[in-house]
This record gives sequence, C-alpha cells and structure tokens, in this order.
Amino acid sequence: MAQLAENLATDLKQFTQFTLHRKAPTWLDQIRLNAISRFHVTGFPHPKDEEWRFTNITPITRGSFEHAPVVSTEAAESVLQKYTFGEEAAAELVFVNGHFSPLLSRMPAAVKRGVTVTCFARAVEASGELFRAHLGRYATIESNPFVALNTGAIGDGAFIHIDKNTTVDGVIHLLFLSTRPGGEPTVAHPRVLITTGENVEVAIVESYAGDGGQYWTNAVTEIAAGANCRIDHNKLQLESTDAYHTSTLHVRLDRGAQFVSHSITLGARLTRNDLICHMAGEGAYATLNGLVILSGEQQCDNHTLLDHAMPNCPSHELYKHVLDGAAGGLFKGKILVRKGAQKTDSKQNSKCLLLSERATFNAMPALEIYADDVKCTHGSTTGPVDDEALFYIRSRGVSLEAARHLLTYAFAADVTRRIKVEPVRRRIETFMAEQHGLPQDLRIQDLANFDEAVL
Amino acid sequence: MSAPLLEVRNLHAGLKDKQILKGVDLTINAGEVHAIMGKNGSGKSTLANVIMGREVYEVTQGEITFEGKDVLDMDPEERAREGIFLAFQYPVEIPGVSTSYFLKAAVNATRKHRGLKELDAAEMIKLVKEKMTLLKMDPSFMNRAINEGFSGGEKKRNEVFQMAVCDPRLCLMDETDSGLDIDALKVVANGANQLRGKDRGILIVTHYQRLLDYVVPDYVHVMTDGRIVKTDGPELAKKLEELGYDWVEKELAAAV
Repeated sequence: MAQLAENLATDLKQFTQFTLHRKAPTWLDQIRLNAISRFHVTGFPHPKDEEWRFTNITPITRGSFEHAPVVSTEAAESVLQKYTFGEEAAAELVFVNGHFSPLLSRMPAAVKRGVTVTCFARAVEASGELFRAHLGRYATIESNPFVALNTGAIGDGAFIHIDKNTTVDGVIHLLFLSTRPGGEPTVAHPRVLITTGENVEVAIVESYAGDGGQYWTNAVTEIAAGANCRIDHNKLQLESTDAYHTSTLHVRLDRGAQFVSHSITLGARLTRNDLICHMAGEGAYATLNGLVILSGEQQCDNHTLLDHAMPNCPSHELYKHVLDGAAGGLFKGKILVRKGAQKTDSKQNSKCLLLSERATFNAMPALEIYADDVKCTHGSTTGPVDDEALFYIRSRGVSLEAARHLLTYAFAADVTRRIKVEPVRRRIETFMAEQHGLPQDLRIQDLANFDEAVL
Repeated sequence: MSAPLLEVRNLHAGLKDKQILKGVDLTINAGEVHAIMGKNGSGKSTLANVIMGREVYEVTQGEITFEGKDVLDMDPEERAREGIFLAFQYPVEIPGVSTSYFLKAAVNATRKHRGLKELDAAEMIKLVKEKMTLLKMDPSFMNRAINEGFSGGEKKRNEVFQMAVCDPRLCLMDETDSGLDIDALKVVANGANQLRGKDRGILIVTHYQRLLDYVVPDYVHVMTDGRIVKTDGPELAKKLEELGYDWVEKELAAAV
C-alpha cells in the first residue's frame, strides 16, 4: 500500500503539472480528480474480487512504476521503424511512452472531409463539446480500478471522430510505443476516444509495442458507434515479453451498427483485457474475435461482455489460444441478455491449442439471460495437436516439425484470415514465422487459398 | 535380380496391450497388384498402417523392407518420400489448410528428397489439373480445406487424387472402396488402374470383392487373426464373396 500511496501522489503531482502546463479546461480537471479520488477509495482489485481472482496482478500492485518519460524523437525512431504501417495507413498517430509525438505521426491535413484524427490537446480546443460529451462516459471510473487509474492520468490521447455518411478509405493506425532509456520500470496510460455519426465505415488499428524492459501499459479505449455504422477495430498487442498490459475497450453500438473486433495478444508477460460491447440500439451486430499466442511464462486473461440491451441483435464470438511453454490463458466470455432484448442470437466459441504439457487454459463461459425468446450458445475445446492429423500430413512426406507448424498456423488462420487489414495480418504471420519457425514463403492466405489460378 | 518393392517378414505388431499382427509374410514386386481380404479385426488395416509407420502401433518382431531398405527405423515422412503412399480408410479433416497448399508441400518434399527440382506454382497447377480430370474432380476441391465438410465418397476420391499427384512407388489403399456409390467406385477404380504399371506396386485392403471387379489383382491374400493364411489368384476374391470366410478357417483347422 505504501507504493500505492506513492503512485497516487505521483498521479496528483503529474496532474497538477498537466493542468498548469496545458491549461486543461476545468471539466477535464474534474474528470481526472474524480477518477483519482475513486481509485483512492477502491485501490487495486482485491485478489478475491470475482472479476479478478484469476488474474495475478501482484507484479503490478507490488511494483514500482515511474510515469514514463518523454523521450527524444531520435530515441523512438528505431522502435517506430519496426511497428509503423508507413504509407499503408491513411493516418498514423504515434504515442511514445504515452506522450503524443507529432513529429513521428502522419496526419494528412484532411484524411477526408468529415474525418478528425487528432490528439487530446487539439481535441479539447477544436472539438470541445463533442469530446466532452463522450470522454469517460462509456468506460466509467466505477467499472474497474484500472479505468479509474487511466482516467486520472488522462493527458495525451487519440481522438477520432467521423461525421455521418462517411466511408474512410484505408486504415487509421494508433501506435503506442514504449521505450525505456533504462532505470526504473515505467507506466503509461494510453487513452483513445472514437465517436462516429450515422452510417460511417471505418477500420482502426491500435498497436501496442515496446523495445524491451519492464514497463506497464494501462490502456482504455471508448468507442461510440452511431446508427448503421460498420466499424472494424483491431487491437494488436506486441508488447515486450517483460511488460505488463492491462486494457479496457468499451464499445457502445447504436441501432443497426456493426462492430467487428480483432483482439490479438502476442506480447507482454501479463495481459488483462476487458472488452465490453454494449448493444444499445436495435439490430446492432457485434463480432468479437480474438487470437492469443503465448509461450514461456506469459499469461493472458481475456474478459469479454456482450451486453444485449435491445432486441434483434446478433453477436458472434470466437477466441483462439495457442499456448506453448508454461504459458497460461484464460477466456471469460459473458453474454448478458437484458429484459426485452428478444430475438437475441448469440454464439460464443473458444478454442485452445496446447503445444506443451505445461501450458494451461481456462474457459469460463457465462450466460445471464432475462428475456425468453433468445438463442445463445457457447462451446469450448482445448487440446494438443491432433495426432491423427499429424500422421496424415506426415504420411504425405511433410516433416513432423512442418506438420506441427502447419496445424498451428491453420488453427490461428481461423481468426487471422478474417482480419481485413493487411499489415495486421502480415505482422501476425511474421510473428508466427519467427516463433514457430515457418518457412518464409508461407502466408496465411496461401493456406486457405493457394492459387486462384487453379480454378 | 533386384530387391522386391516390398518385403514383409514375420511381422509382429500391435497396440501396447494387444497383439494384432502375428507373423505376416508378404512380398510385392513392382508391377503387381495385391489384395488383402479378411474379416473385421483380422489385422489387414493395421498392416497397411504399420507399413506407413503409424506410431501408435509397436513392431515387436520381424522386418519390413522397401526396395531393399529397412523402413522400420524411418519416420512416416521418410517412408512417404521413399515412395510409399497410404490412402486412408478415414481421411482426416484439416480445417484451414487448402488441398492445393498441402499437395504442393507434399510433392515438393518428395521431389527434394529424390534430388529433383521443386515444382513451381505453374507446374503444380498443370500436374493437379491433369489428375483432377482423371478423378473427375470439381476444381473447387483445390481451394477447399483438406477434407473439410467432404462427404465420405469425396474424401476417398480425394485420397486417390492425392495418390495420383504424389506419384508413389507403392500404393496402399486402405478400404478405399467403403462408403462409395457405384459411380464413385468406378472413378476410384479407374484412378487406381491408371496408376497400375511396371514400376509400381499396389496393395488393396478391402472387405469386399466389388472394387476387385474393376481393379483385378494379381494376387489375393486372406488374413485371419493377424496372419496371411491363404494366397491365390483373383478368383479367390469371388469365392470369398460367395462363401464368406468360414470355409477358409475350416480348411485351416483341417490342415492342422
């Protein structure tokens, strides 16, 4: 607790600095103060807290984390090179250690009419009312202490707003990098707010990556999707293997909005993701796909909530885990069907491939249904690579090692081939090729569709 | 004289706690088609799988040589590259991997082993198209995941198709005829007949004589309780179809 008090003191100090430095409006001051006070009361989640008892957050609660420092553009260049989408992104906002880096970012003056992609400081100036109306409204400080901590530390962040009837070509990339000059472990609290008018189509990627060492990323993203929007959200977590990553993604869908989430966890020593999708309008459609590939001592807990509040909302969820070494994975998928949310059609599936006998996986589906005309199903499978399939592949001349890789790749491909953003898919492919020694020329789309010319 | 294509000597094999093969002797020369018939549980499928190197079976005694080389120490993939192919009784579904990708990997692994140039995409397509025509296959097969959602008949046809593409020296066909309707049976038989040749041996494991009407074997063996107990020409298959297996067992008992 001594550490906690210290943290809070630091938060307050930083807060004061921020206020003085940025001349933040009083309403934002208030949000931050409320959040800090909230965290003061709750502290970190108790190990016996139902929502947290499976996630061992002691390395975070016992740890000592300095606020991550501002580093020079040059210092961030090398890590940026590894993770930038370059020209493949329509716009790319880069945050280093939680601080917005205008020099490393690419914000074409206007991606398009009606599209705002900017940092919080600018959002406060240019989109004050809109920004204020949404910030902190979905991911509330009461929902979880990590959100409170993040909210208390709001400084820089990414704000995306898209006016109604706009289709954004290309992908908007938000890149959060951690780089440490050395010394004490650091923490950053990335924050993202995405709002859209009606009938918007957009693809957004959030990447989290670092260049090594012990640090903690505590991210919060809020998305408010207008009626009939089509939002493709991808989260690519490639943190350093000694890092900690906690995140909350809170999505609110208006009438007829379609939301697709791809949550990819490849990095961090400890990951805890909370994803809440609130179907607040009739006919909203949520698809939550996840892929977790871990080895060594890595741990990842994914908690999702599909909150069906209105009738006629379908939702699909598929989470896949590939666990090697002594890695541990947990998937807790809750489907909540509120009173009146008739004709809900929800399917949940989690699958885990265990590549080692020491790896462990837990699936915890939870259905809470208060309507009487609904369809909800869930399923879960966990197991090693199928011996039958291995023998079949080997009997055609393919080596044991290659057969294992092929089956692992194919297992993940179930999620990866659905990803529409090419640089995201490529990064997963590269990661798998490095981790699982696949031949250089093997691509996920090849597996599924080797050569159309055959037809 | 060169070594036979396949030579099985006094082969004993089985699962951990169950002996299945109890001294099998079998010689197949290049150019020959052999059929092994027998009741359920007689060990005929086990024999095919042991020749391919399925690890669940343990060989406790005896030897298997392929073109004079001891194969018992070889992994299944090495046996495949040497030229042995097993068409599975129950082909495995592999979601996420297209048949085309899989075949390219398989063909090139074998070609590499034999010191041949690996096929590029264009050459592969040419080969695949030729064999698809032979097996009367819908081109969409190639872009479907291996056996995923295939009917029983489609899976079997896919096995013979893969066999044709892989160009093995020894074809082991494990109950390829089961689950096929008469049209599919003819297509599969035609595929097998096309593979018949002076450099290749074929071993057909089957319950029934009907495939053997189309692919007429040079030798028919009867397997009972883990041993080959009778060998004769193709007429033996007809006799088994008419009279069942009991007379063979009676004959055996009488001989003792």
